[in-house]
Amino acid sequence: MSLLPLLNWNGNKNSLSLSWLRLPLLFLITGLLSPASASDNTEAIWPALKQTYFGDRQIRVEADDLLTIEAPKRAEDAAIVPVTIKSPLKQTTARHISALHLFIDNNPMPHAATFYLAPSLKQVDLSTRVRVDSYTHMRVVAEMNDGTLHMIKTFVKASGGCSAPAGKDHSAALARLGKMQIRMREATLGKAMPVQVIVSHPNNSGLQMDQVSRGYIPAHYVKTLAISYNDAPLIKMEAGISISEDPSLRFVFSPEQPGVLRVQATDSKEQKFDQKKRL
Amino acid sequence: MFIRNLSLWCFPGLLLMQVACAQDQAYPIEQVTDGIYYHQGVHEDASKENFGAIANVGFIVGDDCVAVIDSGGSYKEGELLAKAVKQTTDKPVCYVINTHVHPDHLLGNAAFKQAEPSFVGHEKLPAALMARKDFFEKNFAETLGEAYQGAEFISPDQTVAIGEPLTLDLGQREIVLTAYSTAHTDHDLTVMDKNTRTLWTGDLLFIDRIPALDGSINGWIENSKKLQQMDVSYVVPGHGPAGKDQWQQGWQKQLAYLTLIREQIRAIIYDFGTIDQATASVGLTQKDNWILFEDYHRRNVTAAFVELEWE
Repeated sequence: MSLLPLLNWNGNKNSLSLSWLRLPLLFLITGLLSPASASDNTEAIWPALKQTYFGDRQIRVEADDLLTIEAPKRAEDAAIVPVTIKSPLKQTTARHISALHLFIDNNPMPHAATFYLAPSLKQVDLSTRVRVDSYTHMRVVAEMNDGTLHMIKTFVKASGGCSAPAGKDHSAALARLGKMQIRMREATLGKAMPVQVIVSHPNNSGLQMDQVSRGYIPAHYVKTLAISYNDAPLIKMEAGISISEDPSLRFVFSPEQPGVLRVQATDSKEQKFDQKKRL
Repeated sequence: MFIRNLSLWCFPGLLLMQVACAQDQAYPIEQVTDGIYYHQGVHEDASKENFGAIANVGFIVGDDCVAVIDSGGSYKEGELLAKAVKQTTDKPVCYVINTHVHPDHLLGNAAFKQAEPSFVGHEKLPAALMARKDFFEKNFAETLGEAYQGAEFISPDQTVAIGEPLTLDLGQREIVLTAYSTAHTDHDLTVMDKNTRTLWTGDLLFIDRIPALDGSINGWIENSKKLQQMDVSYVVPGHGPAGKDQWQQGWQKQLAYLTLIREQIRAIIYDFGTIDQATASVGLTQKDNWILFEDYHRRNVTAAFVELEWE
């Protein structure tokens, strides 16, 4: 992987104004310009990534007692790869996973998302959809409320054929930008149930070209997705361009009393989208 | 029919054509009908061995010049196709038409550059090229190895807008280029030869090889239904045999597949199911109907799922 794809994914080569993009850019400049390409050594990128995001902190590896990650062995469609992260640990105030950091090592922007989790979520069972650029490790680092770090990983083969991480129909995606869905069955109090939130957004990686000016359209993506119940936060997802078009977050939730499930999304142009559902 | 036409095509010019026919063994070109030639791609994924020659590519010969329709899945295939054009006619190539962005249809473009043809595509082809170029470049340079060397992503200098078909004159021979709304991709183009009523569908039609969805399932079904009704005599599909006999059944089979998976995915979405559930169950009865089913079917289901979520 060279510096070039990163710049291309960001699109606008002159204004990397997004602070969260600066860090990996720095690391790519300093840490990655080694002669070996990423595909030669599947672990090549992780040490630099670890240093950038976690410094000298210890990470317990192969933490499969705490975490599981499910992704297809082969990315069927490079633009839409479903990933599920689960934990058998019941979230309690005393002991819980406070954040999950998802990395896709060989993507132009390896840090795909961080999910901040409240103990009131009770159960960690999250799914999202990501773009996969090439053969890559996909890994999750769980941060406990005691500050310890635990990691698991899986390997995903890139898709064959002609699918590309860029979306399929950019104008269709733009046309419905900002539409939101909260999809779930009729809620039963005290019963765990899956909820899916989808935000229609091109989640533009910066690769798309403007038809008229023939210039790149700057990256435009959903930056945060915050989910709360009766105003108490449940999950906050901080995301970037490795998340698929029309970002989707599926989670399991047990409402204890009637109330309002609220989803608030903010994109990189500070556009805000808001949706509520009464349970 | 092909065998007869091919032998006719090899006869004139004896000595010279013997050489041509010997080379045809490695890269056979078949005549579909008067002035219409194509090479049928193999039903495989692109590899070093097949040098990416997995799609149908070919050309139409007019009195003045030649239109190439899709240039091949590698620079090497582009060169072979350019050579085949030269062996068939002394007319120059004036147009290289790309039916869509996929590498198996367009990586041969640079092999025609010298003739300075006009490159023609859908109005959305330039954007699609820009969006995918780096990804394709990285992946296909590796997949194809040496055969890739020389490939360039050449953007069209002439584009066709939806609802405004473009007619090109090759000399006593008019061809009509039509741009479609999102179907196989968001920038599909067909070419109709008016003299012989031959329709080049690009990847709007797959015969034998499983269709690959990279656009919109709803759009593809809708456009397939319209195309199926067209008054044509011969069809050159994007993949699979060209001719006058198989295309009607081809449209039906493709529509049956797309309609079936759409119906089953809709049921899963209605029941709050996931992509994983869909890829594990949808359309499996179609398995024996298609070559490369295992390689592309789940991908089609995935792509259709995220579209149908917004109905």
